[in-house]
Order: sequence, then C-alpha cells, then structure tokens
Amino acid sequence: MNLSVNGVTHEIESGPLTTLLDVLREELAITSPKAGCEQGGCGACTVLVDGSPQRSCLTPVAAIDGAEITTVEGLGTPEGLSPMQAAFTHHYAAQCGFCTSGMIIAAHAYVEGGGTDAHEAIQEALGGHVCRCTGYVKIIAAVAAAARGDSFDLTVTAPSAGMVNLGGVT
Amino acid sequence: MTQATEVLIPTSPDEAAAEFGDGSGVTVIGGGTIVVPEITYGRLQPVKALLLTRAGLAGVTRDGSTVTIGATTPVQVLVDLPAPLGLCAANVADVEIRSQATLGGNVCAGSGPDAPRGDLQGPLLALRAVARSTGAGGERTQPLEEFLDDHEGRLLLDVSFEEPAAGAFATIDYPHTSEYTVLAVSGARAAGGTVRLAATGLADHARVLPNDPDGAVAAVRLGDDALASAWYRAKTLPVLVRRVLTALEEAA
Repeated sequence: MNLSVNGVTHEIESGPLTTLLDVLREELAITSPKAGCEQGGCGACTVLVDGSPQRSCLTPVAAIDGAEITTVEGLGTPEGLSPMQAAFTHHYAAQCGFCTSGMIIAAHAYVEGGGTDAHEAIQEALGGHVCRCTGYVKIIAAVAAAARGDSFDLTVTAPSAGMVNLGGVT
Repeated sequence: MTQATEVLIPTSPDEAAAEFGDGSGVTVIGGGTIVVPEITYGRLQPVKALLLTRAGLAGVTRDGSTVTIGATTPVQVLVDLPAPLGLCAANVADVEIRSQATLGGNVCAGSGPDAPRGDLQGPLLALRAVARSTGAGGERTQPLEEFLDDHEGRLLLDVSFEEPAAGAFATIDYPHTSEYTVLAVSGARAAGGTVRLAATGLADHARVLPNDPDGAVAAVRLGDDALASAWYRAKTLPVLVRRVLTALEEAA
C-alpha cells in the first residue's frame, strides 16, 4: 500500500485494517492528527483524503490505498502560514490545541469549498468537531475571517513566530 | 490492534458477492464508521474482512419513479433526496461522518450496545423500500421489514422505492452530532394516497407504525438505554406521530 502524505509518497507497512490515524502517528510520526475518542465523535483526527475532510480514526488504510493525504503540517509552514492557520493564530482560536489540527483541516476544506462567513454554515461544517476548552467563539470568528479573505499582520497580533503552534500538542 | 487474518477488497459487485459467499465468518466494512471503532476497541476481531470501498456498489439511479440506492452510497449523497429520506439523512451525525458512512452500514447496523442505530431504516420503511441482497441461495429481493428481521448471512446490494407524493420527518433533536437517534418518526404518502409511518429509535430496529398517535406506543417495543428511557420515548412518540401526520396533511 502507498500513501502520499503532504506531498511525500510512503510505502505503508502497517496491516490493511490499521486506521489511517495509527499509520500517520505510529508509522510516519506525523502527530498533528490527534487520537481523541477514536470512534468518530470528536473530529480531532480529521485529515484531508484526496481533498475531503475525513476522520482518520475511522478509516482502514487499505480503503484509501494510493490516496493523497494532507495534514495540518501540509497546509503551511511556520514562516508561511496558510490563510486558515493565520486566521486561527490572529484570533487566538486555540487554547489547549488538541482540537486545533482537526478544526483547521475541516475549516480549510469548508472555505476551499466556497464556504462563507455565515456563522450557521460554519457551525454546520464544524459540527463534528469538539473543543474541550469550549473555545468556539474564537474558532468561528477565525473561520469567518478566513472565509472573508481577511489578512493579518501576525508580527503584531501573534506573540512571536517561534510560539506559533501549528499542530497543537503532540 | 488485532489484524484480520484475511482482508478482501472486491472491485465489482460480482466479486463482492463471491467473496461474501454465505457470509460465514465475514465482517463487512462499508464506510467503517461503525465497524472500525469496534475493531479499535477490541470488541470485534474479524477473521475475514470484506472492504466494500471499491466494490462498485455506490450510486443513486432512477428508472421512472423508482429510486435505487446502492449499498455503499454515502449518507451525505442522500441529503438531496425527497423527504422523509433526505431530511433524515441530513440529521445523521455531521458532514464528515455522512460523507464516509454508507446506506448499507446504516441499514444493517441494528441495535448498538448503548443505543439504537440505523437512522435510515425508518424513512426507508415509510417509503415501502425493498432490499436486494445476496448470500446463501443467491440473490433475493424482499420488503425491507423482512430484511431487517433477519439479514444474518446476507450482503445488502441496494434498496429501491417509489418516489412518494409527500414525505415528512420528525425527530427529537440531538444534544450532539455524534449521538444516534433518540427517537424519530418518518412518514410517506404514496402516489396512490396511502400513508405509511415508521419509527427509528426503538428497542431493536425500526418498525412500521399505525397511522394513529394513540396506538403507536402499543405497537412497538421501547427500550431504556444511554440516550433515553422507555418512559420518555413513550411520552414523545405520539407527539412525533402527530407532527408527521400534520405535515403530510399540509402537504396534500
């Protein structure tokens, strides 16, 4: 089995029913997708599979053999954040950070799919993502800002480039 | 995680049917949203797993007024279908789960350890759907209620129904998107004018209801589980039946 993860092709050695989450974290050491509930209820493990957000904890790797996977590490870099990462940073939309990777991936897909800054639509798109810090107000504000195409000067609004945490805790 | 000793990935419906055989010892995985957590948590250790992702069983087709939905069609695809099926599908989990979960997995899920499952069974019963399956003895097409009563050793291929003249759906709102249905009532009026109701969230699987709010509770078995008590469901079921009947009248 093969997967392209953030543009790099990997031959996968894990068994065919191993979840994509376990392949990413345990075999490939990509730790931004979080093992939260591991039953599809929290959204912390969401990654893009061929461009669509999908719970990696529910996905047997054999079911997506040959797919292109994008995790939050693949959206931008610390020096060049993606618009959604910049919006989350500007709006301080992460507290503990555990849900942040999944939130950013789902929000990125929402905006890429033409999503607007309407709060109800954002809530619907992120409805499967749980923030255990209950920081939803800032998260929705960040997604709305990105949907509007707002730009941010992170040298003013963020503490420092070194403190920007793209993937939350590991 | 314990691995299945054998994982089969058919690439056509015929191959899926052949590899399923009579279903003995086969764990079928459609979208994976129900089965994969069972494996992850060690509650299920498949000997032989049949992954249907590439089996060519997905899609919605129309032949005149007959709608046929393949077993691995994602639930999200059903959102745009007429009520009650579309409204019910839109109420299942969130868009990511709906895009991965399949019609077949939902219909065949049966009752879970903590709560009823199979949200789509109700609207499909109201629509008088028929189920086409394969297994021991070959292919079989039967009313969905018969299939739900006993589908051991059967692999669902598709379900079909006639487009309704009107449809309605009423449910108890969920506290969270990942919860299963507490209780929901679906109704459909056929082109000939007859109305059929069905409930999801019962003790085992969805059932057809009488078209009478006061007779609904006596016609079904209600359970106590993690989502709600049988008492609460008994109090709520007549309300949902009334709402659906009213909506169908207003659609006339």
